[in-house]
Amino acid sequence: MDSDKVQIRTLGLDLYYGYAHVLKKIELDIGRRAVTAFIGPSGCGKSSYLRCLNRMNDFIPSARITGRIELEGMDILSAETDVIALRRRVGMVFQRPNPFPMSIYDNVAYGPRLNGIKDKERLDEIVKRSLNAAALWDEVKIKLNQPGTGLSGGQQQRLCIARAIATEPDVLLMDEPTSALDPMATARIEELVRELKEHYTVVIVTHNMQQAARISDMTAFFLLGELIEYDRTARIFTSPSDKRTEDYISGRFG
Amino acid sequence: MRKKSDIAQNSFGGRGDRIASYLIFAFSVAGVLLMAFILLFLAGNGLPVLKEVSIKDILFAFDWYPVEDPPALGMLPLIAGTVSATLLSSVMALPVAFLLAVFTAEIAPRRMRSGIKVLLELLGFIPSIVIGFLGMMVLAPWMQGALNIATGLNLLTTSILLGFLIIPLVASLSEEALSSVPYELRDASYALGATRWETIFKVVVPYALPGISSAALLGIMRALGETMIVLMVAGGAAIVPRSFFDPVRPLTSTIAAEMGETPVGSTHYHALFFAGLILLLITIAINLASYAIEKRGVRQ
Repeated sequence: MDSDKVQIRTLGLDLYYGYAHVLKKIELDIGRRAVTAFIGPSGCGKSSYLRCLNRMNDFIPSARITGRIELEGMDILSAETDVIALRRRVGMVFQRPNPFPMSIYDNVAYGPRLNGIKDKERLDEIVKRSLNAAALWDEVKIKLNQPGTGLSGGQQQRLCIARAIATEPDVLLMDEPTSALDPMATARIEELVRELKEHYTVVIVTHNMQQAARISDMTAFFLLGELIEYDRTARIFTSPSDKRTEDYISGRFG
Repeated sequence: MRKKSDIAQNSFGGRGDRIASYLIFAFSVAGVLLMAFILLFLAGNGLPVLKEVSIKDILFAFDWYPVEDPPALGMLPLIAGTVSATLLSSVMALPVAFLLAVFTAEIAPRRMRSGIKVLLELLGFIPSIVIGFLGMMVLAPWMQGALNIATGLNLLTTSILLGFLIIPLVASLSEEALSSVPYELRDASYALGATRWETIFKVVVPYALPGISSAALLGIMRALGETMIVLMVAGGAAIVPRSFFDPVRPLTSTIAAEMGETPVGSTHYHALFFAGLILLLITIAINLASYAIEKRGVRQ
């Protein structure tokens, strides 16, 4: 990958939870304004790696990380890095929709308010723009004051996407964002992901190989904490160079 | 012959399920009937006092001299004693219990957290008579000397001790409410760049608020209904308190102190039941108010 297209560069990353060696010598460049998918069986480390990218592993006391991850030259893992600022640049959408117990409006305005934006007009504009970008505005514009938890699962997940992009991050991490959703809601989210890459670098973990094939530009295959293969998605799914990748995508294990 | 749909409906869960549901129904009916019986019993024994004294003279008169002839049965000082001790103890204890719960659930390191939880539960087991005893022998004499006041057995002493009684209860229940907030919500907040404090006060506490309020409510009711502590340290003077250092005589301790001394069926006897009825009605009123608040909260 051309170095000017790289948004996140990972060099020799190792992650341990206690004695468990969860990620082994990961080397990976994530492209700017593209969709990068991580696939692999459960426990292969793909979600753990995703959580390194916005330092969410900090909350696990036994986690130990060595190596280097750079976000446009900034050392993400350094002790001096302002984690709060990092997380505002690297947003995250979780496996299960997790709207806050507050109104739709307040959910989206949560991040901007943390950033100190108090002006009502500006917040209104951010909320509208974010909900629009998450393809949810038309469905909720008449009930912005109702609780976000009252929406359907798919709408809740789009609300969470709106909430994540309201702080205008550069990168959007998605940890199996459709695993709790029905096929229709999944299709909407996938469509949305393809639109989001116009403005954001999207990194998505998925259990669903068809999903990776449909929406991603690049695909990384993880197995037992190792990065087995990383290539253009079309290539991974048509002519993988590693036997294990081929076995996985053809459904021989996983 | 039974229709297919009937069979499907009746055989759902089988006989065991049916027996279980009858049992549950029977127990709930028993519970409701018991409550109704308590209310009827209090009303039946308390309301006859109204034949002798008007309701206005009971609720709003200042003199409680139940053994005089004729008896003066003004319960305003008793009600004032109950309300003031409950309010003052709640105002002092609930914020402490809340902060303790937040600290335990959100801030304390894991090992310290379980230590505090064990400690809170142990404190919750202390019989109220022991708390009352400590108050009588330690706190009250100390306060009397240190503040140079007429008596250490007063409203403030009572409220402090009632506070000690309810802090463990409210704190451990609130802690449970806070701990049960899903981790996904904290994650979402942190992932948006929130600090720990922002996450605690903007996401975790609001989510746990129904649990915290019902914990607070239980604490208030506990203070309201507590008898032994107030009997021992409230001072027992049937006056409307004008300062924190005035002795008080709440409804509960009045009933406890006087019930054994009064002839069954006398006006005084009925008046004491009426005092119990007032206590019960205050409890029901608080419950209804909290129910209304909770409902309004849900609608928002």
